[in-house]
Amino acid sequence: MVSPVRTYALLAWTWTRAAAQYPLSFTLMTLGGFVLGGLDAAVIWVIFANTTTLGGFGLSEVMFLYGTAGLAFSVGDLMFSNLDRISQHIKAGTFDAMLVRPVSPFVQVATDRFVPHRIGRVLQGALVLGIGLSGVHVPLERAWMIPVMVLSGIVIFTAIWALGGAAQFLLTDAPEVANAFTYGGGTLVQYPLSVYGDNLVRGVTFVLPLAFVNWQPGLYVLDLEDPLDLPHWLRFLSPAAALALALVAGLAWRAGIRRYRSTGS
Amino acid sequence: MPSAESAADALRSPGPRLRRCATLYLRLVGYGFRKHAAYWAAAAAGAFTNTVFGVLRAYVLIALWRSRPGLGGYDVTDAVTYCFLTQAYIGPMQVFGGGLELPQRIRSGDIALDLVRPASLQLWCLSEDLGRAIYLFLARSVPPTIAGALLFGIVTPGDAGTWAAFAASFLLGVVVSFGWRYLVALASCWVLDDRGLSVMSMVLTTFFSGLMLPLVLFPGWLGTLARSLPWAAMVQVPADVYLGKTGVAGALAFQGFWALTLLGLGALATTAARRKVVIQGG
Repeated sequence: MVSPVRTYALLAWTWTRAAAQYPLSFTLMTLGGFVLGGLDAAVIWVIFANTTTLGGFGLSEVMFLYGTAGLAFSVGDLMFSNLDRISQHIKAGTFDAMLVRPVSPFVQVATDRFVPHRIGRVLQGALVLGIGLSGVHVPLERAWMIPVMVLSGIVIFTAIWALGGAAQFLLTDAPEVANAFTYGGGTLVQYPLSVYGDNLVRGVTFVLPLAFVNWQPGLYVLDLEDPLDLPHWLRFLSPAAALALALVAGLAWRAGIRRYRSTGS
Repeated sequence: MPSAESAADALRSPGPRLRRCATLYLRLVGYGFRKHAAYWAAAAAGAFTNTVFGVLRAYVLIALWRSRPGLGGYDVTDAVTYCFLTQAYIGPMQVFGGGLELPQRIRSGDIALDLVRPASLQLWCLSEDLGRAIYLFLARSVPPTIAGALLFGIVTPGDAGTWAAFAASFLLGVVVSFGWRYLVALASCWVLDDRGLSVMSMVLTTFFSGLMLPLVLFPGWLGTLARSLPWAAMVQVPADVYLGKTGVAGALAFQGFWALTLLGLGALATTAARRKVVIQGG
């Protein structure tokens, strides 16, 4: 059996080449993604045209949090958000075909109709992160956390997409429920968690670990107090939280596939 | 449009022409309603997602209004109400675009059939779209609003006059939204790849309608511009009518102006499409 990573790369590249056959359309859609992502940044700009602090954070700090969240979310979106199309595969019967091929169904669902122009949002997130970083003072001894938190964030979002995909084995008629957690999660972490209610913050720290995408490690990078006074060592737990959620998602995905009964023909 | 044959019976039925037309379009409203009611699970999931996003946006607005009380003439409760109302508009006003079958029918060529029917294509689509909006109002507007009222508390107008004005404003908002989406959909007759257009439409609508932030927050000329464009008539204006933040007559006139303008442009575009479409083969 070929390695899943190689298969993933091969299939994603195939769809990318297919999309590149229509260069104008591809360029416009990439630009569209860039602009659409930019709207969220425009919202932050409008908010800060009316105030100087939001939840105790200044513009550059919010841009930094938005940028890290946007980068992690959009890379996960680019690479794995097609997992939320699994209910369409189940309904169309194409999932059965995937199960008989000698390639992991996870890789097949993730790469089927891979959408390369989502790179537009990745670039947009990276740009805002750069702008945010230029406005905050981060010494090198704390900057190492930035790549760690972005990578952990990618794993966390990928795990949420996989969980959403696994849930669709049960909720084949209402795949949109997963959107509340995937896109909702991506939106939630765009802002400092200090704007939300305390119980919501505890929920996304200890149940669905969205706080580890950028909030807890972000507090370390920016060297700020936690408004909720949660333990200081939580700031270093992002990789552990990401791995734990990935494990849960992996088990759920396997359980979903085991439970799956084709309708046959 | 599977309802075409049975709906066309209405045109053949006896009686004066006006009444036959009214029967036809009313029937189409009913079909639009039923077509969407078939997907109740999807609508429930949409209502859930709208509620979650409503909660997230409400917290951001609360944080903003805590640091700037009274901003834009709203207090905190007004801002929270605004937030849940806008989430409630996403379904009926189809703020993210689409909702019409027209682009698929243009791509497949079925549009040729629609254009030779003895009924206006635009009114046909509008009737079905109103049916869709009525269903989505029940399925996707009421639940997030109730959730917002329970979780945060929202403003409810006390007098019947405001409720009546709001109902009129809501309906006009749906018509303006249809007018815009119809133009975008019909553009597929000229543009081969309609995806770029729909992304552009989504960018304009989500940002300039007031869905992402109340337009009263937009600074200077950007705010003046945003409040005079048609997208404001879909979200900001009906919300302001509900909150009693604007003169009712002026608000309805603004929405009416854009509804008529967009529908007029749509009628012109339909005529042009009729000339543009070439039916191949026979």
